[in-house]
Amino acid sequence: MYKKLGLDPPDNPPIRLDRTKVRGEFGLQVDELSGQHLFACYQCGNCSSGCPLAQEMDILPSRIIRLAQLGQKEEIIQSKTIWICASCFQCTVRCPKGIDIQAVMDTLRQIALDEGVDHFGPDQIDSKHAAEVPQPGLVGVYRKLST
Amino acid sequence: MKRIGVFVCHCGINIAGTVDVERVAREAEKMPGVAFAMDYIYMCSEPGQSLVREKIKEEKLDAVIIAACSPNLHESTFRAAAEEAGLNPWQCEIANIREQCSWIHSDRKKATEKAIKIVGTIVGKTRLNESLEPISVSITKKALVIGGGIAGIQAALDIADSGYPVILVEKDSSIGGHMAQLSETFPTLDCSQCILTPKMVSAGKHPNITLMTYSEVEEVSGYVGNFKVKIRRKATSVDWSTCTGCGLCTEKCPAKVPSEFDRGLTTRGAIYVPFPQAVPNKPVIDRDNCIYYKTGKCRLCEKVCEIGAIDFDQKDLIIEEEIGAIITATGYETLPIADLPHYGAGEVPDVIDGLAFERILSASGPTTGEVRRPSDGMIPKEVVFVQCAGSRDPERFKPYCSKICCMYTTKHALLYKHRVHDGQPYVFYIDIRTGGKGYEEFYHNAEEEEGIVYLRGKVAKIFRDGDKTVVWGTDTLTGRNIEIAADLVVLATAIVPTESTADLANKLRIQTGPNGFLSEAHPKLRPVECINAGFFIAGVGQGPKDIPETVAQASGAACKVISLFSRDHLEQDPAVAWVDEDLCSGCRTCISVCPYDAREFDEEKEIVTVNEALCEGCGSCVAACSCGATQQRNLSDSQIKSMVTASLGGE
Repeated sequence: MYKKLGLDPPDNPPIRLDRTKVRGEFGLQVDELSGQHLFACYQCGNCSSGCPLAQEMDILPSRIIRLAQLGQKEEIIQSKTIWICASCFQCTVRCPKGIDIQAVMDTLRQIALDEGVDHFGPDQIDSKHAAEVPQPGLVGVYRKLST
Repeated sequence: MKRIGVFVCHCGINIAGTVDVERVAREAEKMPGVAFAMDYIYMCSEPGQSLVREKIKEEKLDAVIIAACSPNLHESTFRAAAEEAGLNPWQCEIANIREQCSWIHSDRKKATEKAIKIVGTIVGKTRLNESLEPISVSITKKALVIGGGIAGIQAALDIADSGYPVILVEKDSSIGGHMAQLSETFPTLDCSQCILTPKMVSAGKHPNITLMTYSEVEEVSGYVGNFKVKIRRKATSVDWSTCTGCGLCTEKCPAKVPSEFDRGLTTRGAIYVPFPQAVPNKPVIDRDNCIYYKTGKCRLCEKVCEIGAIDFDQKDLIIEEEIGAIITATGYETLPIADLPHYGAGEVPDVIDGLAFERILSASGPTTGEVRRPSDGMIPKEVVFVQCAGSRDPERFKPYCSKICCMYTTKHALLYKHRVHDGQPYVFYIDIRTGGKGYEEFYHNAEEEEGIVYLRGKVAKIFRDGDKTVVWGTDTLTGRNIEIAADLVVLATAIVPTESTADLANKLRIQTGPNGFLSEAHPKLRPVECINAGFFIAGVGQGPKDIPETVAQASGAACKVISLFSRDHLEQDPAVAWVDEDLCSGCRTCISVCPYDAREFDEEKEIVTVNEALCEGCGSCVAACSCGATQQRNLSDSQIKSMVTASLGGE
């Protein structure tokens, strides 16, 4: 309809939920690869509130989990959040339901890489700036690509 | 002149923080009639009370005033202490310098002046206090329980087990109430009927319980311990004394009426027993829907009844009973879907309420527990549960939380999932409230292990699209709107008091709150009593609550009745109205203003007397009496004048 009218698609369309999305391939894949159970999350937000990089993220970690519960794969793998995540384990340590959120983030990056989604890699840093990036940061970036 | 002692309490810093209590005591000592005054940190403590007792003896006091908190809190404490020291309890008065002074003022000087005046008014009153004796009233040791749901059944059983007779009145033909309609109960998933029916049977068979079903309370007069109650036994059109409950009449009845018990999902005859486990298991004819009553022809039930129990001419009976205490347990209804236009106003076929879903889940229900939707009998694969349908919506519907919906909706979603393994339940909620033993764990299990999807947000609109019921909601946790093409929608409609609650409360002269639920005397400390003596409440009629809480409240109310019946006489406060017979003109103005029916015209003497047992000492008649014949004990005109003088700074 939007195309017909020459309009851009809406920025925030409703999620049309059905059981194939909730119990869909994406959710099962995340559960299987991460060894975690997405539906254990009751959305308390503790992972987000304790995340040292939350201010740099476009979607808070707790909302990433929520989107995963509802099968919203595209939104997640296009997000900056999964790449900003430094795998510092703060979220995992804080989670009252014992979910290893860091493992979920690793999984989501893996799925994004499999899908060939553009990401930020160490090769995009020019040599001049690469020297200024702290070593743990660089190692972290490589690690994200190797999980 | 009397020798009055004044005791000023600091109440820690509650009073002493704002009022110069030492100065209050010093000033009190100068007041006429005051022989002794002192201050102390906590008058209500045991050392404080001993001080009062000691000083009464040492100082030969014949009245005491405690300047402290509200008389609602400690009047009885200090009257008991005064009595122990040999004083008449009505020679002990409270001057409230906390709630009416220290707590509401911040200027220490002014607050202290006010406290001195408050003490002065009470000194003025106490100087003229008479010694009184409590009014002794006999008790009829028989209870009336109104409402035969789980609350009424539990209360009746507890009282009956203590050896006192109980009349259990129920407006429907069977006891059991809503609990009989439920499938399984949270959080343990016990079968509701399995745990309820033994109690129903016990209530039906108990030698101390008289069941009066298909009956309603018509009129209540009298007072605590001595009520007179008229009960209307509605015509059942069946002679229950001969009916064997064989069920032939109900099978053969050609009328088809939507079954109230099955929430309209099935039909019943015009002669019917509401459900198979009914107690008593006897049919009634619903005259509004009976073909014979409507057209004058049929009488099929009469033909099939071999023992001739059908009685078309039966009349309502009015039964009078003498009763000592009354428990009201009138229960609830749910807000009709018709009242919710945005949820289809009852016009969308596969939008049902929680109680209807209970029937669908119930093994004894219309689908014998198989989940099938009403419109076409299809097994629904996408089921949406909508919470707060009318609750927590002060602008449009009800402002309060209906309390049980979070838990029963979780139970519904869980039981649905147990029956339809490939189905998906969704729950729209504003907050999930799981206060209760094992409740949070129940919810967590449902969310984590059973894959029930909880969506945080209210549903805006529900409408039909083909054979789907479309739900427009939102999920504030993703910040995205949600659209679900559902096969079935279950609304957790708001709990409301039964329609008859307001009318019954009027007959009983008990209070209801802003939302129509019955009011307790104190929200924390007197949760099962009404303000009027002898009336008690239990169950959802008082406010939304679950089964364990209802049963606890019912046992609590029963315990209050048993404690009342354990005495042979009741002692009542004698500070009530009295009449100077020589002054009374018999104008009867007092009768019209008395809210307790305590004023009665004496035909012989042509004056209006006071029924002391009924009088609550409110003072309405005293104010209304134009000839000054009615006075209140220990609150006479001269006492009030003396109090006014003191409050204006005179002596």
